[in-house]
Amino acid sequence: MTIKSKTTDKIATAIFYMISGLVILLLVMFVGYILYNGRERLNLRFITSAPAFSKAGGGIGPQLFNSLYLVLLSILITVPAGLSAGIYMAEYARPSRLTGAIRFCIEALASLPSIVIGLFGMLVFVTLTGWKFTLLGGALTVSILNLPVIARISEDAIRAVPSSVKEASLALGATHWQTIVKILLPSALPGLITGIIVTSGRVFGEAAALLYTAGMSSPQLDFSNMNPFSYKSPLSPFRPAETLAVYIFKVNSEGLVPDARQIADGASAVLLISVFIFNIAARFAGRIFSNKIAGRGAAQ
Amino acid sequence: MLKQSLKKINLYYIKHELTGRYTVTFFGFFLIFLTLCLVFFLASKGMATFFTSHRSPAEFLFSTQWNPERDVSQGGPAIGALIFIVGSISISVIALAISAPFGVSTAIFMTEISPSLGKKLLQPAIEIFVGIPSVVYGWVGLCVLVPFIKKSFGGFGFSLLAGSLVLAVMVFPTITSIAADSLRSLPFEIKEASYALGATRWQTIRRVILPAAAPGILTGIVLGLARAFGEALAVQMVIGNSIRLPKSILDPTTNLTSIITMDMGNTFMGTLWNNALWSMALLLLLITFIFIILIHKIGSKGSFSK
Repeated sequence: MTIKSKTTDKIATAIFYMISGLVILLLVMFVGYILYNGRERLNLRFITSAPAFSKAGGGIGPQLFNSLYLVLLSILITVPAGLSAGIYMAEYARPSRLTGAIRFCIEALASLPSIVIGLFGMLVFVTLTGWKFTLLGGALTVSILNLPVIARISEDAIRAVPSSVKEASLALGATHWQTIVKILLPSALPGLITGIIVTSGRVFGEAAALLYTAGMSSPQLDFSNMNPFSYKSPLSPFRPAETLAVYIFKVNSEGLVPDARQIADGASAVLLISVFIFNIAARFAGRIFSNKIAGRGAAQ
Repeated sequence: MLKQSLKKINLYYIKHELTGRYTVTFFGFFLIFLTLCLVFFLASKGMATFFTSHRSPAEFLFSTQWNPERDVSQGGPAIGALIFIVGSISISVIALAISAPFGVSTAIFMTEISPSLGKKLLQPAIEIFVGIPSVVYGWVGLCVLVPFIKKSFGGFGFSLLAGSLVLAVMVFPTITSIAADSLRSLPFEIKEASYALGATRWQTIRRVILPAAAPGILTGIVLGLARAFGEALAVQMVIGNSIRLPKSILDPTTNLTSIITMDMGNTFMGTLWNNALWSMALLLLLITFIFIILIHKIGSKGSFSK
C-alpha cells in the first residue's frame, strides 16, 4: 500500500462524507423551507374553512377532506384486489410464461407515468361511464396506480413468512387455503400494514392522475348533510372532488385569488406534515403488529 | 358413515379451498387484463392521429412544427411533436446526469463507509424524499429555484435547468435505494479478498464493488430515468412551457407530459389537436415498456444475482 493510495483513500472517504452531508442538508433545508413558509397558515381555521373566491383568506377544508376520502376509497378498492393478486403470486402461481406475464404487467403498471394512468382513467371512468369528474372515478384511477404496488408488497410480505410456519400448519392437517388465511396472512400483517400506509401517503400527494378524473373543482359542500347520495354531501362519491395536491397545482397556475402564494405555502406544509404522519404511522403500526404477533421474519 | 364424512370434507373443500383459490387467481389475471385494457385504450386513441386523421407518424415524431389549429391557407394544422420529445429526453438525461453520481455515492456511503449513519440518518431521509408529493417539489422549485436561476444566470428562470434540477431531486431516492440494495446483496467474500490483497477501501470500491454492482446500479438509473420521463406536474410548473427547442439549458421549453397536462383540458375529444395529445400519451406508454425491457436485459446479465 503506497502513501499515494492511502491519501487517495482518505480523500475519497472525505468526499463520500461530504456528499452524504449535502443530501441531509438539502432535505433539512427543503423541509425547513416548506414548514417555515407555511407556518402562518398552520392553524385550524385554514385547515377547516372553505376556499374563498377571488379574495384573500380562503382555507383548504374541502380539499383536505377530499384527499382523505379519496385515500379511504382507494384503499377499500385496492387492498382486497391487490392482496388477492399478491396471495396468488406468492402461493399459487407456478413458474410459467403466464406468471412471467403477470409479473411484467405488475412492473409495467407500477412504472407507468401517473399522467398516463390519469388519461386512461379519464377515458374509462369519466367519458365511457358518463360520470363526468367524480371522486369515485379519481379513486378508481388512483387504485390502478396502487394495485401493482399493493400486489407486490403483499407477495413479498407473504413470502417473507418462514416456510417452517407454513409447513407446520400443513402438517397439522390444515388445507392450503386455511393455512393462507389463518397462518400466512396474520404473520404477514405487519409488512402489509406498513406497505398499505406508505401507499396511502402516496395517494394523498398524487395529483397528475387526478386532474382529469376527480377534477379541479369542488362543489359547495354542506358538512351537515351526511347522505352519501346527495350531490352536496361531502360523503357523495359522485361529485367532483379537488384534492389538496391538485389544489396546490391549480391555485398557482390559475392565480385567481390574491393570496395564492400563501395558500400554496400553507397547503404544501399541510401536505408535507400529512406525509410525515403517514410515515410515522407506518413505522409504529409495523412495530406494534409485529410485537403482537410472534411470527418473526415478516416484520421489516 | 365414512362416506358421509368424506362428502362433508369434499363440500368444505369446494366451498372454501376452491373459492379462495379461484378468487385470488382471478385477481392475479386481472392485472394482465388491466394492462391489456390500458394498452388497448391508449393505442386506439393514440393511433387516431395516424389512422383517422391520416397524419404520418414521421411528421409526428420528427417535425418541430406544432400548430394544431393553423389555418388551411397557411398549410393546415401541424402536429410535429419533436420539440416535446426533445424536451422530455433532454430534461431527464440532464436530471440523471446530476442525480446519478449523488445517488450512487450516497448508496456507497450507506453500505460501505458508514452503515450505522446510513441506517439512522440517510435511510429515513430517503424515505422522506420519496414521500414528498411531486407538486410540493414543483412548488418549491417555482419559489426557490426559478428566482435563483433568474438572479444568478439571467433569463426567465423558468428553464430546462430548473426542470432538470427538480427532477434530479425527485429521482435521487429511486437511484439511491436500488443501488444500495444491489451493493448490499454482493457476496462478502469479494470485498474480503480485495482487502486481503492489500487494497484500500477506495480501491476496493472502485475496482471491485462498483463493477460487481454495476447491473443493479444501472437498473436504478434506468428506473430513475423512467420516473423522470413520466413526471408531469413538478416539471410543468418550472419548465416555462414555451413551445420551441431550447438553445441552452437556461432557455424555457416544454416536454410531453407538460403539454398533455396543459392542453388535455382545453381540447375536445376527436379533434386533431386532442388526438395528437393521445399519441403523445401512447408514446410515453411505449417508452415505459422499453425501459422495463431494458431493465430485464440488464438484470439477466447481472453476474452476482442470487
